[in-house]
Amino acid sequence: MANVLVFAETRGGDLRKVALEAVTAARTLADRDGGEVHALMLGAPGIASKAEQLGRHGADVVLVVEHPGLGNHSAEVAAATAAARAKEGGYAAVVFSASAQGKDLAPRVAAKLGVPMAADVLSFEKTGSGVSAQHPGYASKVVQTLTLTATPAIVSVRPGAYAPAANPKAGRIESLAPAMDPASARVVVKEMVQGRSGRPDLGEAPVVVSGGRGLRAAENFKLVEELAEAFGNAAVGCTRAVADDGWRPQSDQIGQTGRTVSPQLYVAVGISGAIQHLAGMRTAKTIVAINRDKEAPIFKVADYGIVGDALEVVPALTAAVRDAKKGH
Amino acid sequence: MKIAVCIKRVPDMESRFRISGDGKVVDETGLKFDMSDFDGYAVEVALQITEKLGQGEVVVVSLGPDAVQEALRKALSMGAARAIHLKADQVPRDGFAVARALAAELESGGFDLIMFGKHAMDTMSGVVGPMTAELLGLPNVSAVSKLDVEQGKGTARRELEGAAEIVEFPLPAVVSIDEGIARPRYPSLKGIMAAKKKPLESKPAQLDPTRLEVTKTELPPDRQGGRIIGEGAAAVPELVRLLQTEAKVL
Ligand SMILES: Cc1cc2nc3c(=O)[nH]c(=O)nc-3n(C[C@H](O)[C@H](O)[C@H](O)COP(=O)(O)OP(=O)(O)OC[C@H]3O[C@@H](n4cnc5c(N)ncnc54)[C@H](O)[C@@H]3O)c2cc1C
Ligand SMILES: Nc1ncnc2c1ncn2[C@@H]1O[C@H](COP(=O)(O)O)[C@@H](O)[C@H]1O
Repeated sequence: MANVLVFAETRGGDLRKVALEAVTAARTLADRDGGEVHALMLGAPGIASKAEQLGRHGADVVLVVEHPGLGNHSAEVAAATAAARAKEGGYAAVVFSASAQGKDLAPRVAAKLGVPMAADVLSFEKTGSGVSAQHPGYASKVVQTLTLTATPAIVSVRPGAYAPAANPKAGRIESLAPAMDPASARVVVKEMVQGRSGRPDLGEAPVVVSGGRGLRAAENFKLVEELAEAFGNAAVGCTRAVADDGWRPQSDQIGQTGRTVSPQLYVAVGISGAIQHLAGMRTAKTIVAINRDKEAPIFKVADYGIVGDALEVVPALTAAVRDAKKGH
Repeated sequence: MKIAVCIKRVPDMESRFRISGDGKVVDETGLKFDMSDFDGYAVEVALQITEKLGQGEVVVVSLGPDAVQEALRKALSMGAARAIHLKADQVPRDGFAVARALAAELESGGFDLIMFGKHAMDTMSGVVGPMTAELLGLPNVSAVSKLDVEQGKGTARRELEGAAEIVEFPLPAVVSIDEGIARPRYPSLKGIMAAKKKPLESKPAQLDPTRLEVTKTELPPDRQGGRIIGEGAAAVPELVRLLQTEAKVL
């Protein structure tokens, strides 16, 4: 029986989209040899009402941990509970999301189980010698295949790499006690700082509109905001030059030392295309560049380029995108 | 305040990478190397903490071949007090093996704070820090974009998607440092001279057999970029048409 355990991430009383992606990913592995997918979710009382969604995406069993002390995610409680369950259940693999939560959680669970892990993978599969996973390395300039020979094989899956697929299973709910008292966690969340609401996150948005120093001044970023607004499903990113100048928060920076994104569409406005910036976005499906300088390196990776002044081209593009959306 | 910072030596990411003859790994011969980016931020943060407190010691640790001593010397010239080199022919790709070897060294060091980079630029994994924390039984805080420590206690800001959390934790603890927190200082000439006399201890790393291997490395397919469709606002209708009909993203 090669069952797979998957950690289904929640935040603020809701499942996150990456939870459905992770269940979908776990399903592909379990289906190889007729195993079951067991999804583990933690939250404050009431979170059990979300379990059914996991069943719809391929969980045979949903293990629900409800506790009043779990209103905020606690990595310590989650790690202890996931590790205890992984030990008991004799799973072939444990799947996490390579989200902020999952990146922090998965290595701890791996260490508790005494096994290595493959982090932030694009895909994975069972092979003769273990589980193999594809993972970008060297500032995303290469893709490497990693082979894990320890059991359970632990992987965290890059957000967006697996599209959530409907695959209705029993989704039988079992409740589970947390493996430690949340009150005894040593790292305590004092405050949650919400980002701008109503915008998808950079790592998850299908469209990213990004601005660089070519926008000339912080005020002109509103043109980028408006273009993102016109797409409707877009997040706003920036270069390090712009984050350094304080035009945008550091958390919006894309690149080697910032966020890595792989959207369907990446629009680079007034961005030169330095290698460190490309490291964070070169895996986007389609890249559009708007730059005044036709020699700018960004044009070498762009599928479509417009040579021109951002302050003139972006408002025209915003209007055209709005029209196109209306036409649908 | 005794702080350890774990630093990895990695190739310059501006290099043009070649794949080894057997297609398995990146051929690193002849490349330029430096301390991994985020590890440089961690060294800087550690130095700022001891400077602010007016006391303490920053110890840098690196596992790898003799050449990692270069990265350790750089950290010493930035201001770290001493360095520990855990000698190994190469750095295993198995982060758990690395974490075990680091934990074995750090365990008895009496550190209040053990710092890591968010991820190493070559592995891009971010597992060694949290794994080491777990092996040492210490609280762990990753993706730290702001850090304050006083005797016995730390406060950090952690970046989440579209949000952040402010957390408090007791020391000793392990943290992994994100971008944005501090830019590493350039070693001064005085620093470089002083570093030559600072202690650098080299000893064998305790490495277990590894259970994670790189079995293939590929260059991603070249992007067929370079298509300029026009100039100025006049090119916008054509762009929108292509996004609708060819790229099908609108
Ligand atoms: C260790 C290290 C790590 C780094 N990490 C990152 C990272 O994670 N992310 C990142 O982005 N950078 C990173 N950088 C910095 C990177 O090297 C570049 O400096 C940065 O990406 C440049 O930002 P930019 O394109 O906004 O600015 P610039 O390079 O100044 O480019 C501005 C562009 O705008 C164009 N332009 C000017 N005016 C107009 C106009 N009116 N209309 C249209 N176009 C116009 C110009 O032609 C130019 O191409 C890193 C650097 C180092 C050394
Ligand atoms: N060989 C090494 N020696 C010292 N520290 C390391 C080594 N490898 C990784 N680290 C530390 O662990 C962090 C995360 O590495 P990784 O899990 O490989 O992404 C790095 O930023 C370093 O701080």
